[in-house]
Amino acid sequence: MLIAGFLAATVRVATPLLLAALGELLAERGGSINLGIEGSMLAGALAAAMGAAWYGTTAGMVFAVLAGAALAAVFALITVKWGADQIIAGTAITLGSIGLTGAVYRLAFGAGGAGLSIPTVAAIEVPVLSRLPFIGPALFAQPLATYVALALVPAMWWFLFRTRAGLELRATGEDRRAARAAGVNTVMHRTLSLIAGGMLAGLAGATLVLAQLGTFAEKMTAGRGFVAVALVVLGRWHPVGALLAALLFGAATALQYLFQAMALDVPYQLFIVLPYLLALIGLAGVLGRVKAPGELGKS
Amino acid sequence: MAKKVLTRIPKEEREESAFRRRLRVARHTLLPVVLIVVTTLLVLGAALSLAGYDAGLAGAALWRGAFGSWDAITSATLVRATPLIILALGFALALRGGALNIGGEGQFYAGAIAAAAVAAHVASLPAPMAIGATWVAAFAAGVIWVSVPVLLKLRFGVLEAISTLLMNFVAEALVSWMVQGPLQEPTHIYPQSATLPASAVLPVLPGTRLHLGFGLALVLAGVLWFVFNKTRWGFQLRAASYEPRVVEIISRRNVGAMLAIALLVSGGISALAGATEVGGVSRALYQNLSPGYGFTAIAVALLARLRPGAIILSGVFFGALEAGSAAMQRDAGVPAVIVYVVEAVVIITLLLIEARGWRRREALAGA
Repeated sequence: MLIAGFLAATVRVATPLLLAALGELLAERGGSINLGIEGSMLAGALAAAMGAAWYGTTAGMVFAVLAGAALAAVFALITVKWGADQIIAGTAITLGSIGLTGAVYRLAFGAGGAGLSIPTVAAIEVPVLSRLPFIGPALFAQPLATYVALALVPAMWWFLFRTRAGLELRATGEDRRAARAAGVNTVMHRTLSLIAGGMLAGLAGATLVLAQLGTFAEKMTAGRGFVAVALVVLGRWHPVGALLAALLFGAATALQYLFQAMALDVPYQLFIVLPYLLALIGLAGVLGRVKAPGELGKS
Repeated sequence: MAKKVLTRIPKEEREESAFRRRLRVARHTLLPVVLIVVTTLLVLGAALSLAGYDAGLAGAALWRGAFGSWDAITSATLVRATPLIILALGFALALRGGALNIGGEGQFYAGAIAAAAVAAHVASLPAPMAIGATWVAAFAAGVIWVSVPVLLKLRFGVLEAISTLLMNFVAEALVSWMVQGPLQEPTHIYPQSATLPASAVLPVLPGTRLHLGFGLALVLAGVLWFVFNKTRWGFQLRAASYEPRVVEIISRRNVGAMLAIALLVSGGISALAGATEVGGVSRALYQNLSPGYGFTAIAVALLARLRPGAIILSGVFFGALEAGSAAMQRDAGVPAVIVYVVEAVVIITLLLIEARGWRRREALAGA
C-alpha cells in the first residue's frame, strides 16, 4: 500500500513537469531556451481556474492552452523576430506573468480569493489494470492529463526523429545558417516550436489547478517551469529522457512525503536538490557525452 | 545662399565642445530610459483606470509610500533599494564581459547563510570587525557558489545562464536545511537561525531603518565605476564581450580567465546583498528571505545600461516602486504584484532597443 501510494504520488507530481518539460524540449530543439515557460505555466494555471470556475473544466483546459501559447508567442515575437536576448526576455516574461496573473486573479475573484472552489477533473480508472498491485494506481487511475503526457512522449519522439518537419526543426536548432541555406524556414520552425511549447506549459499549469490542487494562488507554480528547463537538460534533450527525469523528480518529491510519514531522520532537502545536482552533472557530460542544440540561447 | 554654405564648416566636421558632447551622449542614453519609465507608468495608470481603479488615488499612494516622508524614503525605499543595487552591480559586472549570471538569487542566499553562520562565532569581537567578518565570509561564499558554474563553463562549455539558474534551487534547499538543521535557533522550534549578536548587526541611520548596507552599495558602485571606466582591465572586459579574439591578440590576455574572474567577483558581490539583508533587515536567516531580488536586479541593471552610477538611480527607482506598491495596495486596493508588470515592460523595451542598436552596428560593419 505504501509503495503503491508512493508510485501514484510520483506520477502525480511528475505529470505537470513532464508536460512543461516536453514543451521546453520542443522549443530548445529549435534553438530557443525559453525561461518564460514558468510564466506560461502560471498563466495557464490562472486561465484554467477562471475557465473552470465559469464554464467548466474543459473550457479551463482550453483557456490554459491559449494563455500559455499567448505568452510564448510574445517571447517568439521579441526573440525570433526582433532578436532580443532569450534568457533576459524569458525572465522578463515570467516576471510579467507573475504580475499579470496576480492582478487579474484579484480582479476576477476579489482581494482574498476566498471561497474559490474550482471543479476538478476526476481520475479515469482503467478497468482491471487499475487493480494491478503497485503500479495499478500509479499508471491506470490518473486524470486524463497524465495519459496525454505519457502518450506525448512517443509522439514527440516520432515527430522529432521520424518526420521531415522534426528533422528541419532539429537542423534549425543545431545550425541555423546551414538549415536556412538548405531551404528550411527557420523562423517558422522556431516560432511554431515555441508556441507549441507554450501550449504544453499552459496545459501543465492547468493540470496543477484542475487535477491536483483545485485552487489558484499567486506564484503557485513556484519555479516548476524552471524545473522543467532543468529536466530537459537532465533528459539530454530527448523525450524519453525528459520522461525519466520527470519521474525522478516526482519520486524525489514523493520520497520526502514518505520519509516524513515514516519520521526518518534524513534531511528531506537532499531529495529536493537531487534532480538539480543531477542536471548540473548531466550538463558537464559526466553521464556520457551530451551536447545542447548548437544554436541554444542565440537570438 | 550657396556662398554661405561654402564658408561654413559642415556641421559634422566642426569640433564638438565637451559640453555639447555630454549633452549628445545624454540625449542618446538618458532620454530613451526616461521615456520608457514615464510611458510605462502612464500606460499602467490608464490600464488601472480601465480596470476600475482610481488611478489618481493609486498614484498618490504610490508616491506617498515611496517618497512621501523622510521615513518612507529611508526606511522603505532605500532599504529595499540596497539589495537591488548590490545584486544589479554583480549582474552588470558579469554581463559587461558578456556572461549572464542569472544566479543572483542563489548567491544572495549563499551570502546570507555565510553571514548568519559567521555572525554566531564573532559575537565577542568589536562591531566593525564582526561586521567585516560577515562580509568577507559572504563574499567568499558567493565566489565559491558561483565557482561551480564557472568551472562547468571553462571545463565543459556549459551555458552559465542555465547552470547559475539551477544553482538557485540548490541554494534555496540549502537555506531550508540550514534553518531546520545546523543553523536552527537554539530552541529548535522555529525554522530560522538564531538572532544575530549585537556586534554583527549593521548600524542604522538614527531614527530610521536605513542600514550600513546602503553605504556598502554606494562604495561598490564607486569601485565598479572606477574599474569599468578607468582601468585597462575594465575596458578589455567590455571589448571582450564584442570581439574576444581581437582582445586576446591585442592585449595578450586570456579572455576566458578574464570572464572567469568577472563571474567569480560578480558572485561575491551578489552574496554581499544577502549579508547586508541578514545583518541590516531580517537579523536572522529565514527561508524566502528574498522576494525575487535576484530577478528584479536584472531589470535594475538593464535600465541602468550596466553603468554603476546609473544602477544606484535605477535601484532607488525600483526600490521606490516596491515600497510604493505596498502603500498602493493598502490605500487604493491595487494589487502590489503589478510592479512585476512594470519591471517586465521595462526589461523588454530596453532589450528591444539594445537588439536594434546591435543590428545597426552589424549592418554598419557590413555583416
